[in-house]
Amino acid sequence: MQPLLQLSRISKRFGGVEALRDVSFTLAAGEIHALLGENGAGKSTLMNIAVGLLHPDAGDIVVNGVTRAVRSPLDARRLGIGMVHQHFTSIPAFTVAENVALATGWRLRPGELSARVRKVAGEIGWDLDPDARVQELSAGLKQRLEVVKALATNATILLLDEPSSVLSPVDAEALLSIIQGLRARGVSSVLITHKLSEAISVADRVTVLRRGAVVHEGTVAATSSAALAIHMLGAPPPKAAARSRTTGETRVTADRLVVPRMGASGSGLREASFTARAGEIVGIAAVEGNGERELLRAIAGLVAPGSGTITVASPVAFIPEDRTSEALIGEFSLTENMILSQGAAAPWAQRAWLDWKSAAQRTSELIEQFAVRATGPEATARSLSGGNQQRMVIAGALERNPAVLVAENVTRGLDLRATAEIHERLRQAAVAGVCVILHLADLDELLEVSDRILVMANGVLSDFASDATRLEIGRRMLGVVG
Amino acid sequence: MTRTGWSGTLLPTVGALAVGLAALGLGLALSGYDAIAALAAMWRGAFGSADAVVSSLLPRAIPLILIGLGVGLAFRAGALNIGAEGQFYAGAMMATWVGLAVGSWPRPLAISVVLAAGCVAGLLWAVVPVVLRLRFGVLEVISTLLLNFVAEAVVSWMVVGPLQESRHIYPQSDPLPVAARLPLLPGTRLHLGALLALGLALGLWVFGRKTLAGFQLRATGTNPLAARVIGGINTDRVFAGAMLASGACAGLAGGTEVSGTTYALFQNLSPGYGFTAIAVALLARLNPLGTVLTGLLFAALEAGASAMQREAGVPAVSVFIVEAVIILTVLLGDVTRRKMLAGAVGAES
Repeated sequence: MQPLLQLSRISKRFGGVEALRDVSFTLAAGEIHALLGENGAGKSTLMNIAVGLLHPDAGDIVVNGVTRAVRSPLDARRLGIGMVHQHFTSIPAFTVAENVALATGWRLRPGELSARVRKVAGEIGWDLDPDARVQELSAGLKQRLEVVKALATNATILLLDEPSSVLSPVDAEALLSIIQGLRARGVSSVLITHKLSEAISVADRVTVLRRGAVVHEGTVAATSSAALAIHMLGAPPPKAAARSRTTGETRVTADRLVVPRMGASGSGLREASFTARAGEIVGIAAVEGNGERELLRAIAGLVAPGSGTITVASPVAFIPEDRTSEALIGEFSLTENMILSQGAAAPWAQRAWLDWKSAAQRTSELIEQFAVRATGPEATARSLSGGNQQRMVIAGALERNPAVLVAENVTRGLDLRATAEIHERLRQAAVAGVCVILHLADLDELLEVSDRILVMANGVLSDFASDATRLEIGRRMLGVVG
Repeated sequence: MTRTGWSGTLLPTVGALAVGLAALGLGLALSGYDAIAALAAMWRGAFGSADAVVSSLLPRAIPLILIGLGVGLAFRAGALNIGAEGQFYAGAMMATWVGLAVGSWPRPLAISVVLAAGCVAGLLWAVVPVVLRLRFGVLEVISTLLLNFVAEAVVSWMVVGPLQESRHIYPQSDPLPVAARLPLLPGTRLHLGALLALGLALGLWVFGRKTLAGFQLRATGTNPLAARVIGGINTDRVFAGAMLASGACAGLAGGTEVSGTTYALFQNLSPGYGFTAIAVALLARLNPLGTVLTGLLFAALEAGASAMQREAGVPAVSVFIVEAVIILTVLLGDVTRRKMLAGAVGAES
């Protein structure tokens, strides 16, 4: 059978960097094809070429047996290729419906447009308010919008760039089953991911990229997650070290804490009472928008409680979810970001004067200590890859010698190696006596790292013993009581 | 530190100046003026003699630099203060009012009080936008702009009302008593404000480069969210502080203008200093020391323009062509450079 989409011997260089080297990739009609690889392996570059955002230096794009020039996303759209990008590509000030119209070129009256968008979303079982402004949507809803935008163009080839990286486990599973359902409607998908479990559970075939070249291609049935991991990494993934769990004094005490919701949607926090101690990692399990954001930020001291009390030992360090807009200033150098995160307590900020030399010196040490790949402390934060940015953010947080470390989705969008490394940093911090409050969208990952789980469902907090099963926790996250 | 080197900042500006002068020359030639003679007059007006430099160029530079420093500070903090014109007038008004009352005081004290009055009035004029922004979310761009018109209207009324000269004939104030006038460099029109401008530039440069507060101000302007979440900075307070300080700078300029140059308040006291100073600050990339240089550049253009009008009969406003072309050329250069940079960065992802 003729392949639906064939990327043939594609090469692409960026300056001195060879991003893709003679890469061939085929998507058969009616299949879900997982494209695996670590960050920087070339997955996104390959798909950006297929959708016309980048142009290959060599190689052909063949759609239904015909070689095509795909010069722009518009060309791709005409060929039935739609892409769901890893980063949101919607205009925040526009409504959902307006963004869909922008992506599809629909010219409809507002009422008709809203109805049509609602219909497209409804077809895949999603409730997405067409008239909501995108800036008011949660990350999960924004991701849904991206999928809806691609589907609304009647794409038969859907390229999904890590669609689940910002979704809660429930949303992610829903998305994957929708992708499977779309197969019946004649939509074939390429699923870019670095989550092996995702690839294995939904894909028919898998292609693994490493450093810009294909290192493995075959059916999912004929492989295993262990084998795929070795293909991706070139070596077995690092193993987590076991640690002893000794907890110390109470560091966080909340008593009937109420926090009004922060965004336009979500539940806020309703009468939460709990404690957290030194030396433990407390995992906050929640489907996005169930009050976890308010809880974390209340502990971090960034929002004032509506009622109730919260006592937190100081200093508190906070690692926000959004690396590029909240955790770092992209235009600033690493030294400047370090000065920012350390504030007036830093040794280089004594008596309000800045000692740039000592700040740069310390930043250099941290770059080395945390194995950050950067040209030096003068490098801008923006020039770093996601994993290296996160290493820097964590270095800054730990540098404050926090009594309490609040971490929000710290591994979002990171590859296996960086994720494992960040888990290890959190464990080390706990061993050193820090009280770690951690929220991760991925429940399995959260269970792996945490000593104890608190579940937030609809703003209500419930406590779980360390031996609670995944099923019990998952049911409570969905609001099933008992 | 992310800095553009001197060559990266100075060369485009010099190039832009050349383009601007060429555009003016071309425009003059096309309109039937003697372009060479006009440009020569312009040069003489700004740099033709020591007297031109000291008594025409430098006095014009003082308000531009003082206001530009304040505007630069506010912009650094992300506070888009385009109300310097109004703050300047507020300062000039208050300085005149106080200056007329302190004629019998010892001179150093009288001068200090006059300049302080200018500062305070400029600061108070900036209180309104701060409150509107922090309380009600009104964008400061709009409120500061509109308050310019209010200030101008108040001055127009003042000079035919409470502050009109004692004979009630001319729409201007009485001349300031000698005690309230800034000392001049003997034999010239250059007043003490020049030292104030230089000192302030140096102080702000040190503040921005060497202090934590200056750093936090820049962080707030660059990314207020990260400044708040990671830096624990009270960004509202930074906004208010930068805005008020910016108003105080413009108010000080109003004070030095009446007590150093005009010795009286009248309508159209400012030939648009408050707006030109925005260009001065932006062209200097908000750098305080750079602001001194760009302030001198624009003062030279305007000093030259008056001479051009006197000697060659060319309307002085034609110098706006040069100013506009300089700004557009530099902006175009910036955009082009950013595009090239973005191309290089895009290649990494």
